[in-house]
Amino acid sequence: MTAVTARPATVPPATASRTTYREAMREALREALRADDRVFLMGEDVGRYGGCFGVSLGLLEEFGPERVRDAPLSESAFVGAGIGAALAGMRPVVEIMTVNFSLLALDQILNNAATLLHMSGGQLPVPLVVRMTTGAGRQLAAQHSHSLEGWYAHIPGLRVLAPATVADARHMLAPALADPDPVIIFEHGALYGTSGDLPADPAPAADLDHAAVRRPGTDVSLVTYGGSLPKALAAADALAEHGVSAEVVDLRTLRPLDDATVGGSVARTHRAVVVDEGWRTGSLSAEISARLTERHFYDLDAPVERVCSAEVPVPYAHRLEEAALPQVAGIVAAARRTLGPDVLPAPGADGAQAPGAGGAG
Amino acid sequence: MSTTRTPRTTGISHTPGPAHGARGASGGTAPARSRRPARDDPARRSAAHRAALLESMLGVRRFEERCVELYSAARIRGFMHLYIGEEAVATGVCAALTEDDAVVSTYRDHGHALARGIPAEAVMAEMFGRATGCSRGRGGSMHLFDASRRFYGGNAIVAGGLPLAAGLALADRMTSRSRVTCCFFGDGAFAEGEFHETANLAALWRLPVLFVCENNLYAMGTALARHQARTDLALRAAGYGMAAWAVDGMDVLAVEEAARSAAESVRGGGGPHFLEMRTYRFRAHSMYDPDRYRDKAEIARWKERDPIDALAVRLRADGTLTDRAFAGMERRVAGGIDRAVAAAEAAPEEPPEDLLTYVTSSGEASRP
Repeated sequence: MTAVTARPATVPPATASRTTYREAMREALREALRADDRVFLMGEDVGRYGGCFGVSLGLLEEFGPERVRDAPLSESAFVGAGIGAALAGMRPVVEIMTVNFSLLALDQILNNAATLLHMSGGQLPVPLVVRMTTGAGRQLAAQHSHSLEGWYAHIPGLRVLAPATVADARHMLAPALADPDPVIIFEHGALYGTSGDLPADPAPAADLDHAAVRRPGTDVSLVTYGGSLPKALAAADALAEHGVSAEVVDLRTLRPLDDATVGGSVARTHRAVVVDEGWRTGSLSAEISARLTERHFYDLDAPVERVCSAEVPVPYAHRLEEAALPQVAGIVAAARRTLGPDVLPAPGADGAQAPGAGGAG
Repeated sequence: MSTTRTPRTTGISHTPGPAHGARGASGGTAPARSRRPARDDPARRSAAHRAALLESMLGVRRFEERCVELYSAARIRGFMHLYIGEEAVATGVCAALTEDDAVVSTYRDHGHALARGIPAEAVMAEMFGRATGCSRGRGGSMHLFDASRRFYGGNAIVAGGLPLAAGLALADRMTSRSRVTCCFFGDGAFAEGEFHETANLAALWRLPVLFVCENNLYAMGTALARHQARTDLALRAAGYGMAAWAVDGMDVLAVEEAARSAAESVRGGGGPHFLEMRTYRFRAHSMYDPDRYRDKAEIARWKERDPIDALAVRLRADGTLTDRAFAGMERRVAGGIDRAVAAAEAAPEEPPEDLLTYVTSSGEASRP
């Protein structure tokens, strides 16, 4: 590559198409690589292997090893190199295999990417995109399964995204690359194989500022993100069978949080259940719950409920892992608690648990 | 300048002694590399150039001596790490770089910043935490920045700047720009994974990085032999597959020559180079450091190799520096520092209302 030029994006197909989350993310990368010579993908096994989760399969053949760049197992070095390249005018997309591995690069993400703009008095914006897999549910045990999105959402200077739908997987990357500041994209591993319809062209420019109401409802708000969205939607289905209308809010962007959409939903339903695959203590769900009580105390008809992962390193065994994670039954039970026994008596078989219990259930 | 090259060696003595001793080969650790004749630049080696190097080193020394006074007077706060004793390294290396090159620095960054050409006013104002500081008061002593001079900071995580330097160089490589990214770090960084990850990455991808290791023999208070199993750092860097050699870091002319040679090779596509600058800091690690871990006699021996005195003696000996000329340098340097301090004292502070500015580029999205 010798010049930095922008080319027009390819024209998307004119009709809606069924696609997987994985393919949608790959198409987003392909579009970004075609549209802008400054964009390159860098990470472990993104090239010849095709990506640890197959996301970048075929991109090496199309764009070559300079722009689909296999890196040594040096998370700190290649994430930091992404930061440096961004400072020097490139638009790197750095892939980290899992959020657990990203801890090896946390120095670069926190101390450099998130900090340089401010520490330099506004001189050094870092237009970097870091993608990583997160989450459990695949029996990968305690060093490949955690959900640490809340840690990253704690950091000023970062924008943190959690695309949960095929459309967001397809359309959040372009605005992330257009952002002058570092953006972290969390891709829940359980979502890669999920399918959905992509809307026909023109491709909607995904906005990165707003949460989305994925299912409207009137009785209780289920606030969630990422890999927990399908579970919240399934819980809403189950609640509907009992005559409870649950609204499902997908945060989409974990930093900055869209308080208006979350708060607006709770102002309508007067009840909230926050579903978060992170550990409960000090979690994103804790932040959302705190904000709701700070700003919507008088809108609430019941205490905010939380359904989180049990406070245990994610175990390998299937039954134990299932028990450690938020599950549909636990979300339904939490929603019932917000409604109270008079509205909807909770059958004991549904595994309702007391507030504050660690397990997700 | 001679067209023959000094053999790449790692044999520079790291004990205080004659300024020009011990430059023999010891094992031929550097890989074979292209040997193009160095550019002959008489002006560079002229008396005027040497005098400029002397005045530059003197500027750093006197600037920091004033900083000590201001720190004692509580005009400067926070951590402050002095470069006194190591001035030859920044001065010699930066003299060998062009405006297009990039510099990545450490928390001991005053010398790098001044040698790179950041005005003393902007540096002093930053030390005062003022709006006119080179980081608008957000960085302080450890985080000096100047994007216009491609000075990428003052990184206070030991070795944290190295991956950044690799990325700056990667961008240049990918866009076929002929630029060098010079990355300063200390011997302490050699113990960090980020050094080893970056050395491998830079060599693997043949990135145009000039690694300048300022080996001052101490990682804060821990002596080199107490934190490294093998203390010949250039030898070990060469093991990553890059040209590497040790340089007398108390001799600004040797530093400049080595840096110029290495930078030319990096610029010419020779991949990363590693220079181990054997140097010494005369002051404690920081203003908080009681310096209990060093022998006073050791410090005194190194002070006999003061890089400023050494060059001044040489220039006097060859008749190109007079007492009057030296006094003129001192006067100019002092005047510049006086002006910088006065400007910093008079400069406005950043208003607290601007606290959240620069957290994100848009400002709006700085909401949590």
